[in-house]
Amino acid sequence: MINPKYFLKGVLCSRKFDSPAIALGASFIAIGALLKNLGFTIQESILSTFLTYALPGSLVMAESMLIGASLINIFLAVWLVNSRLYPMTVSIMPLLKHESQPRWKYYLSCHFVAVSSWLILKSNYEEIEKNYRIDFWIGIGTATWLIAIFSTVLGYYAADFLNKDMIIGLTIVNPIYFMCAMIGVMKTIQLSSAILLGAILGPIFYFISPEWSVLIGGVVAGTVAYLIGEKYGN
Amino acid sequence: MATNIILIILVTSFATYISRFLGAFTSEKIVETSKIYKWFNCVAYSTLAALISRMLIFPSGDLSDVHYILRITVILLSILIFYVTKRNLVYPTVLSAIILATLNSFAV
Repeated sequence: MINPKYFLKGVLCSRKFDSPAIALGASFIAIGALLKNLGFTIQESILSTFLTYALPGSLVMAESMLIGASLINIFLAVWLVNSRLYPMTVSIMPLLKHESQPRWKYYLSCHFVAVSSWLILKSNYEEIEKNYRIDFWIGIGTATWLIAIFSTVLGYYAADFLNKDMIIGLTIVNPIYFMCAMIGVMKTIQLSSAILLGAILGPIFYFISPEWSVLIGGVVAGTVAYLIGEKYGN
Repeated sequence: MATNIILIILVTSFATYISRFLGAFTSEKIVETSKIYKWFNCVAYSTLAALISRMLIFPSGDLSDVHYILRITVILLSILIFYVTKRNLVYPTVLSAIILATLNSFAV
């Protein structure tokens, strides 16, 4: 089954001082408050984070509900904004793969792919032996997922005490944290170009198509960055 | 209404899980040293950067009520704090929330 030693190592990774757990917690407090204002019960709010566990997707769901969008429209909007999870999953699964591990672990634990857990894994996986990396990843995922659920509950109950400026303060925590984390990983030509080009092209493509901007901007920027890395070395 | 909310949650989570599942499924044959892996890695970082900059420049939800000058001020200050504190992630993150909440309370 799951090796407890490596699982625990993964769990403990989320406790580091500068862990993405801080940004994750703050943004899900804001989500909890938002869901309460939308008329969700506490059980529905927990279920939402439990099953979705992706911040932009939850925001899109909330906005779509506000404008009374149909289920098909909600599905498409969420699928588009969360399609970034596809390349993110592809870029970590080969790092976790080992023939001694059962496949169900990969298909179940892919639910944990989110920016925070992804960044924790990317900065720690090399220290873990390959045959136990999946258990380490399940530990990271479980910890960050539980933080998100707990913060949703906290935000739900704190909603009455948070004024609008406080909620706004909480909502900027997430993008600012990940912006700084991204600047922090710009250590090779390939990664630096990928991040800089993505940050520039994402908003530019927004003028052409707000829904597709992240996906198209990401694919174009990533492809150019890949070619730059291949030509000038990593 | 309650049934609708449950249905919306299920649709949202299904739309989210598809990308994760397809990622796990299609990566089965991909080796971490291959070119296709490197390309996916670049696309993953670019897509994330595109999403983060879109969230800051064209935000949705409560953040969209904040004037863009305030948002840009907080972004620039956060980058400055990040470098001044020797690339510490906690200080810019915590301070960005406090600075934005304070500035916005004066702006409105």
